[in-house]
Amino acid sequence: MNPLAAEGPTTSDPAARFAAKLREYGVPPLHADRIETLQVNVGKLCNQACRHCHVDAGPHQHGSEVNMGTAVADQVIALLPRLRPQLLDITGGAPELNPNFRRLVVAARAAGIARVMDRCNLSVLFEPGQEDLATFLAEHRVEVTASLPHYDAGPTDRQRGAGVFDRSLEGLRRLNALGYGRGGSLILNLVHNAAGAFLPARQAELELDYKRELKRRFDVDFDHLFCITNMPIARFAQWLRQSGNYERYMQVLVDAFNPAAVAGLMCRNLVSVGPDGTLYDCDFNQMLGLPLHPSRAAVQPSAVEPGSIRGEAGAMADHPSRAAVQRSAVEPGSIRCNAGAMADDPSRPAIAEFDIEALQRRRIVTGDHCLGCTAGAGSSCGGQTSPGDAVVPAP
Amino acid sequence: MTEPYYDREHLARFPDIGRARPDLAKKFFDWYGAAMGDGALSRREKALIALAVAHAVQCPYCIDAYSKGSLEAGADLEQMTEAVHVAAAIKGGSCLVHAVQMQVHHDEVSM
Repeated sequence: MNPLAAEGPTTSDPAARFAAKLREYGVPPLHADRIETLQVNVGKLCNQACRHCHVDAGPHQHGSEVNMGTAVADQVIALLPRLRPQLLDITGGAPELNPNFRRLVVAARAAGIARVMDRCNLSVLFEPGQEDLATFLAEHRVEVTASLPHYDAGPTDRQRGAGVFDRSLEGLRRLNALGYGRGGSLILNLVHNAAGAFLPARQAELELDYKRELKRRFDVDFDHLFCITNMPIARFAQWLRQSGNYERYMQVLVDAFNPAAVAGLMCRNLVSVGPDGTLYDCDFNQMLGLPLHPSRAAVQPSAVEPGSIRGEAGAMADHPSRAAVQRSAVEPGSIRCNAGAMADDPSRPAIAEFDIEALQRRRIVTGDHCLGCTAGAGSSCGGQTSPGDAVVPAP
Repeated sequence: MTEPYYDREHLARFPDIGRARPDLAKKFFDWYGAAMGDGALSRREKALIALAVAHAVQCPYCIDAYSKGSLEAGADLEQMTEAVHVAAAIKGGSCLVHAVQMQVHHDEVSM
């Protein structure tokens, strides 16, 4: 595990502000209610190194310990016809650089999975060996969800690296030429992240801006815009701390807590698979090294005693990896050891033991980073989850 | 160290104005919410107007609140800067246009 991967609010905020917010609004502890999405993170290898990346992905991350190998990919492929999720969401890194990416796509199509999504950074389409990638995606009806923080080059390149905007446009034009984003069956989504320590704009309003400006300036089309809140973990957390914005941003998330966004949290209908096959409630928990709670036994909210919302914080406090992550905050050199301890943990939930029934009702591991998904209009891998937001900035 | 006259933390305490005459505070906050909510103008347009006015009335709390509010409404630095220039132009213009009054007075009393 890269040291940055453990950077997040759980390392330094034992006050458990997320649990306190749930308690304040009388929201019961979080449980899954179904599995619609299987999100597979095939690893950290990427041709870019973005400043907001919660994965700490980059060109240097090419080791087998941080990228999915054939054996785990085989386990994912074996699970697909049994689980039959509505959506297989393949992410990374740049997932296309993993040699198992295309196998996963082909297997998902063979298993009849309705939606197969590639989280694409666009510039990967021009990497050596990926010349046929766009055609492959189109032939297999893969839904492309592509990062484009802004329709201006400035904010995009500041966040994702010099020249990324121009390459992204080139990628979008290539996808458009294949029929993506033109109103047909090839779906092209764009992802917007705020370029700093503030919440993203309303998705519906910004989508209109994106569509108008990308069409007017570049003759580029797409289908949907997903606005995703930057999570205070990994590389973005590091930037927040270095720039003196960490506490301010956490306060923004706390102040913008929107109880209406809780119902749409992606963790309630998703299971996340790590490169080594470990199961998580979401990709963010994966990056913080917080697997599914080892008990995995469902505790229905109605069966929980009054004050059990404390149990939500308790779920974190009791989690074996919690202590490891907290230690890592004070012992920077210990993080690798902690990761090693996790890998040897016999209670670690793995894809080979995927118990669909239990996972559909599991209790969700939460932490203060979850405030990122409940702020304002909410946030998920599919964008905002609530039609409005709870915040009117005031005086 | 000298204590600053304005304290950023005070912004979060704005609702405390309701400690006395909460009925009046409630009327203000209800009206404020309605004025800033969705309407014929977009949330971004209202945030940029508020940002411009904040500069014109030189309220540090309002500048903090609507710099954040403008960003969260999807405005960028160019739009925010243009809004402040509009405020400054009106402020400057309102100063300069009084020069006509000055000229009238001058002309009245001058040979």
